[in-house]
Amino acid sequence: MSLRLSVASLGLIAGLAASPAIAAGDCAAGKTLEDGKLTIATGNPAYFPWVIDDAPEKGEGYEAAVAYAIAAEMGFAADDVVWVRAGFDESIQPGAKSFDFNLQQFSITPDREKVVDFSLPYYTSAMAVVTTQAVIDGGAAATLEGLKTLKWGADANTTAVPMLMDLVAPDSDPLLYNDNTDVTAAIQAGQIDAALFDLPTALYLAAVVVENGAILGQFPADRTDNPDQFGLLMEDGAAIKTCVDEAITALTASGKLAEIEATWLSETTGVPVIE
Amino acid sequence: MKLRLENLRKSFGDTLVLDDISLDVAEGQMVCLIGASGSGKSTILRCINLLEPLDDGAIWLDGQDIAAPALDPQPIRQRIGIVFQSFNLFPHMTAAENVMLAPRRVHGKSRDALLPEVSALFERFGLGDRMDHYPDQLSGGQQQRVAIVRALAMNPEIMLFDEITSALDPELVGEVLEVLTTLKREGMTMILATHEMDFAQSVADHVCFLDRGRIIEQGHPDKIFDAPTQPRTQDFLSRVLRRR
Amino acid sequence: MAGNQGGVTRRQEYEKRLRRRSLFVAASSTLAVLLAIVVLVPRAPGWERVQQSFFNAEVIAKTFPKLLNAFLLDVAIFAWSAPLIAVLGLAIALARDVRNPVLYPLRLFGIVYTDIFRGVPVVLVVYLIGFGIPGLGLPRPWNSPYIWGTLALVLTYAAYVAEIFRSGIESVHASQRNAALSLGLSGADAMRFVVLPQAIRRVIPAQMNMLIALQKDVALLSFIGPVEIFRQAGVFKSLLANFTPYVVAAAIFLVVTVPATRLADHLIAKQNRART
Repeated sequence: MSLRLSVASLGLIAGLAASPAIAAGDCAAGKTLEDGKLTIATGNPAYFPWVIDDAPEKGEGYEAAVAYAIAAEMGFAADDVVWVRAGFDESIQPGAKSFDFNLQQFSITPDREKVVDFSLPYYTSAMAVVTTQAVIDGGAAATLEGLKTLKWGADANTTAVPMLMDLVAPDSDPLLYNDNTDVTAAIQAGQIDAALFDLPTALYLAAVVVENGAILGQFPADRTDNPDQFGLLMEDGAAIKTCVDEAITALTASGKLAEIEATWLSETTGVPVIE
Repeated sequence: MKLRLENLRKSFGDTLVLDDISLDVAEGQMVCLIGASGSGKSTILRCINLLEPLDDGAIWLDGQDIAAPALDPQPIRQRIGIVFQSFNLFPHMTAAENVMLAPRRVHGKSRDALLPEVSALFERFGLGDRMDHYPDQLSGGQQQRVAIVRALAMNPEIMLFDEITSALDPELVGEVLEVLTTLKREGMTMILATHEMDFAQSVADHVCFLDRGRIIEQGHPDKIFDAPTQPRTQDFLSRVLRRR
Repeated sequence: MAGNQGGVTRRQEYEKRLRRRSLFVAASSTLAVLLAIVVLVPRAPGWERVQQSFFNAEVIAKTFPKLLNAFLLDVAIFAWSAPLIAVLGLAIALARDVRNPVLYPLRLFGIVYTDIFRGVPVVLVVYLIGFGIPGLGLPRPWNSPYIWGTLALVLTYAAYVAEIFRSGIESVHASQRNAALSLGLSGADAMRFVVLPQAIRRVIPAQMNMLIALQKDVALLSFIGPVEIFRQAGVFKSLLANFTPYVVAAAIFLVVTVPATRLADHLIAKQNRART
């Protein structure tokens, strides 16, 4: 048992040591910012459960793990991964980018694709309604009709805004905020009843951030024509795109992505589906 | 006595500016205060009008001590008019509005009710066509006459004049002094702080010479101007009169 | 002989020539700078992408109507905030001028109030009051971000406006107040009819600048929810991955603030001329 393990790990180490030069030469060679290195950007700060403890270099959290998996698939050793921080605005501004790709739950949309390139999706998220127990006790129901009458909020910088208009079309204009923290503050202050987030974020906020927080229900990804799909953001016309897409295709096919999801994202089947 | 000043004393910080000032002013009398700048003439007037609090002493107006520290100054000031060297007209109001403000607010009279009385005052002092002018549209002499009218509109029992011709061009001094002569003829009780020695000599009933906060010498103008007994009075008069 | 042809003096002749010359120099240098910008900037290698990101005609057409509509919210917030600020600012300024010892707490309050609200960033006040007070458990609609956000703006701006009013009050010479008192007016009447009208007139230009600043800071209310023009621009930026909506929003703002700024400058210049 122990022998087999050590042989296996030896093989793994040998593979890791040998493959970069070969694999990187395959596709990504000469296409990254710095030869032999893969520069990956994420948000500042990066949020749970996507990156644990705001420390992507540890490889913990869904996106951190996906980043290392993609890097390995492309032939980069863990040591060759360089992390930088870059927000959405920095990522869409014209001019050279500071990263090879950026992942922080960027939703793929046709409008955004005119300005930047996205990889194939690495995650397709359901949308979920974060609220408080008080609102549920007040009679809020997980039906479309019931949701329309709630006072809604959302993070202004996300695709949750059009999703909200598309899926719920609330009766009164939603209030919009700078970030998750402000949305939860507004829920806490009773200024909004509910807010729309991607499901993993919603689960985290309801469980940890919002006092007496609760999830009213979820809209499964297949509910809309444009489900919320997260892609790696790259410079428009990035040469590395084909390599990244190959890696994601391979990881999806091998079940590796599903495995990472099972490790880092909560079970979502328990969340009631909004009819 | 209409007005009696009794042992007035006042200092600004360590400087004694009024030192044991006593003076009687009879009804209808014109008293002139003369003396160098800083001798305390203006301070006396400002104390009588209660714009400056006294340290000690009493001011009797018709037998009432108006310098009593706890007294409400407002009704007293309504009985005593004062005109300043620098006019102090309200620049955002016309001449007529300047004059009507206090009667309107204090006596609660309307503009319409005041108009005949106020126009008569303006006419009397040769300002009939200046009622709707703003202060900066008037000459210095006209402004000072409006200031006098403004004080008179409250029907004061006593008028105080604080060097009211000092800021005027020489050719405008006459028209303002003429107003004072008129008021005296009508029996107004007046106290003037002034540098107009000719005027004081010819019109005043009583003259006080002040030096460093004290009344050094007082009496009939002929006595003060023609036969001063105190060396400081002689010295002061010889200096100011030589200049004429 | 040569000097006075046609009623024009030598001096006038000379000044006319001088004026013509400086006008010509100013015009040609302005033209040169404009030409340099128009010709050179588009030649920069990244110009096309900058243009795509910041001056995108397609995005302008798509976002302008909604942005203009959102701007109405800015105008509305401004319209109901400005009078409240003026009233509160004046009240605070008067409170700081109170001489009656019984009312000393009022005066102390005025001092503490202006110190605090001038020292704290507006954004923080907006957050603190906009989220904090409703968080105490007020029921709807009394926890509305419009109410508390407006209060935050009013409290902050009233502190500045009060200081300006106070400087105006102090600039009116004591002799004016004394003249009013000597006529038998009460202290309150002296303030109301003599000192304040002059003080307010003197500080109008300075207060105009506050109005312009307020017009911009109204956008801070978006931090606590209201979707005004900059928030709407932010949503568009996020959806279209393009900064053009911000440029459009700024242009809409400028249409209002530039004339207001010019007016304020004009009033200040007029006042300076009147003083000299």
